[in-house]
Amino acid sequence: MPQLNMVQAINLALREEMERDDRVVLLGEDVGKDGGVFRVTEGLFDRFGAERLIDTPLSESAIVGAAVGMAVYGLLPVAEIQFMGFVYSAFDQIFAHAARLRSRSRSRFTVPLVVRAPYGGGIKAPELHEESTEAFFCHMPGVKVVIPSGPYVAKGLLVSAIRDPDPVIFLEPTRLYRLIKEEVPEGEYAVPLGKARIVREGSKVTVVAWGSMLERVMKAVEGYDAEVIDPLTLSPFDWETLLASVRETGRLVIVHEAQFTGGFGAEIAATVAQEAILYLRAPVVRVASPDVHVPLAKLVEHYLPSVERIRGTVDEVMKY
Amino acid sequence: MPEETIATFTVRSLRILDERGKADEALMPPLSEADIRQMYELLVLTRTYDERALALQREGRIGTYPPVKGQEAVQVGSACALFPTDWVVPSFREMGVHFTLGYPLDLMFRYWAGDERGLVTPANLNILPICVSVGTHIPHAVGIAMAAKYRRDPVAVVAYFGDGATSKGDFHEGFNMAGVFQLPVVFICQNNQWAISIPLKGQTASRTLAQKAIAYGFDGVQVDGNDVFAVYRATKDAVEKARSGGGPTFIECLTYRVADHTTSDDASRYRSPEEVAAWREKDPILRLERYMSGRGLWDEGYGAEVKRKATRAVDEAVKAMESAAPPEPGEMFEHVSATLGQRQEKQRFVDHPPAPS
Ligand SMILES: Cc1ncc(C[n+]2csc(CCOP(=O)(O)OP(=O)(O)O)c2C)c(N)n1
Ligand SMILES: [Mg+2]
Repeated sequence: MPQLNMVQAINLALREEMERDDRVVLLGEDVGKDGGVFRVTEGLFDRFGAERLIDTPLSESAIVGAAVGMAVYGLLPVAEIQFMGFVYSAFDQIFAHAARLRSRSRSRFTVPLVVRAPYGGGIKAPELHEESTEAFFCHMPGVKVVIPSGPYVAKGLLVSAIRDPDPVIFLEPTRLYRLIKEEVPEGEYAVPLGKARIVREGSKVTVVAWGSMLERVMKAVEGYDAEVIDPLTLSPFDWETLLASVRETGRLVIVHEAQFTGGFGAEIAATVAQEAILYLRAPVVRVASPDVHVPLAKLVEHYLPSVERIRGTVDEVMKY
Repeated sequence: MPEETIATFTVRSLRILDERGKADEALMPPLSEADIRQMYELLVLTRTYDERALALQREGRIGTYPPVKGQEAVQVGSACALFPTDWVVPSFREMGVHFTLGYPLDLMFRYWAGDERGLVTPANLNILPICVSVGTHIPHAVGIAMAAKYRRDPVAVVAYFGDGATSKGDFHEGFNMAGVFQLPVVFICQNNQWAISIPLKGQTASRTLAQKAIAYGFDGVQVDGNDVFAVYRATKDAVEKARSGGGPTFIECLTYRVADHTTSDDASRYRSPEEVAAWREKDPILRLERYMSGRGLWDEGYGAEVKRKATRAVDEAVKAMESAAPPEPGEMFEHVSATLGQRQEKQRFVDHPPAPS
């Protein structure tokens, strides 16, 4: 089985889905000839041509809006936003249309659309290139939010996202793009949406983390009897897996690189408080970035949760 | 009523200095020899900074950097036409504008090295911070112009952006509003033919970008962006018109991004070396040297002296950048809002305490 990094795994998922189904088309800035600024679509332009690998003008709103139209007409568009920080001008299209067309038309029209975007910090890039505002999308019914944490799940999740009948926001942690290699099978396999993965079993504390934080969490929990859960899909969330684990361990640490306030960790903490508070031996604790804008290179590592900060928090929670 | 033509339009293009450095004297703006020398020195300074920035990036001493090589004349030529009271709303590839207006080189280096404090515009300059999100700053220029008009201040507001930005909704919304209210704003597009890997024809089906202004009810002109005199003159006309209540102008400057999009890009993946070579021939600095040499204002000795002076300034800026103390972690809390909230206070002083002194 080939060892692939996440860029290659996502590329393979796109290639195989495009081979399998001619309804799948890709659109975005620099996705064609250039193969994408991270090379995620490398080689696909040569294989599938300009009709299916659409290099668009620099127009985020029209990229998503046109993809909505394509999806309504029966295609399966995969739109790329070059960096998550540039998705904001497409919010109207995502929130007012992609998320609602099914509802507005009482399912007469649906939007089987994927919006892919590199996201997250720690790559020493310019402003707005390191955002992680995934919670915005989780607040909106009608869109799914998927975040892979490694090559194997990235491929399987993207396949599921493309085949999903509704819009999916697919956020790819840039810091992991080339950091991890894994065995990634060619051919069919799908990692289902809405299903969390227990990455490491344990019985004393549950740690939940997604995207690039998972890699740090795995280092941080070495030596602890910790169960690590990677939700993979933030919305809709796999509450059963998380609650079962927390009822078992009695402790929960939530780690995300998004800013603390209003981050998705708040939703998890509130749900655990409501559904499992009587099982808890320790306060639910969130490790997150502070409530400031993602700083540039010189300070970004002070901003992002570090392995040490995560380990320190797990340690604190274990004292109860 | 029969079918009839009810609107036609023309787009004018301006070039004063040809590629061999010959000027059309009838079109030459009034510039003294000292003015011309100053323009030349600013062009060389901008290029020297740019070359050093690329070298520093390769050595890991600064971060991702977007080179301006080949576009210096648009930047220096337009900025030379501005008054200190005018306002500038830049995107991210106009370092020549900054330097012409007196923005410190070391500050600019610090920004590209990943230190936000590099964007603290000196108090005597009305330059908004670099805007990374393409085209989204255009409405800000419109709003500043609206406020200046409200205050009856005779200032011009200049927004800079690239050809790619003309595809953003904010470009169209901003242009439209500038036209509706006839605001004192000048839009300057550095049409460098590429937006990363997307050539101009992948960006628009319009014959020119300049003509887009016409649809919004104001003038659009195209100028040779590698001709510092044409850019200066077109900008001077436009800012004077703006300051005196004549409304907005759009100036499309034809130029070329000779280098990669940024240090993270490899332009050889999507464009031919022949195309790049052809544009190198049209180099704006070379062109001005030819002109000046024809007038006896330039020789090798003078050229070398200007380069030495620029190199010294850049050397000093690098030294200043590298001797600046790195930001404290607490710095990231300093400017989020005028005051910190309760949780931010805790995050700042408990979770991210200042280093013990
Ligand atoms: C809204 C937005 N989308 C995408 C990007 C990524 N990006 C940075 S520069 C660029 C191309 C800009 O082209 P142009 O406007 O012609 O300016 P140039 O880079 O040529 O100076 C792109 C797509 C961005 N910064 N902002
Ligand atoms: Mg351009």
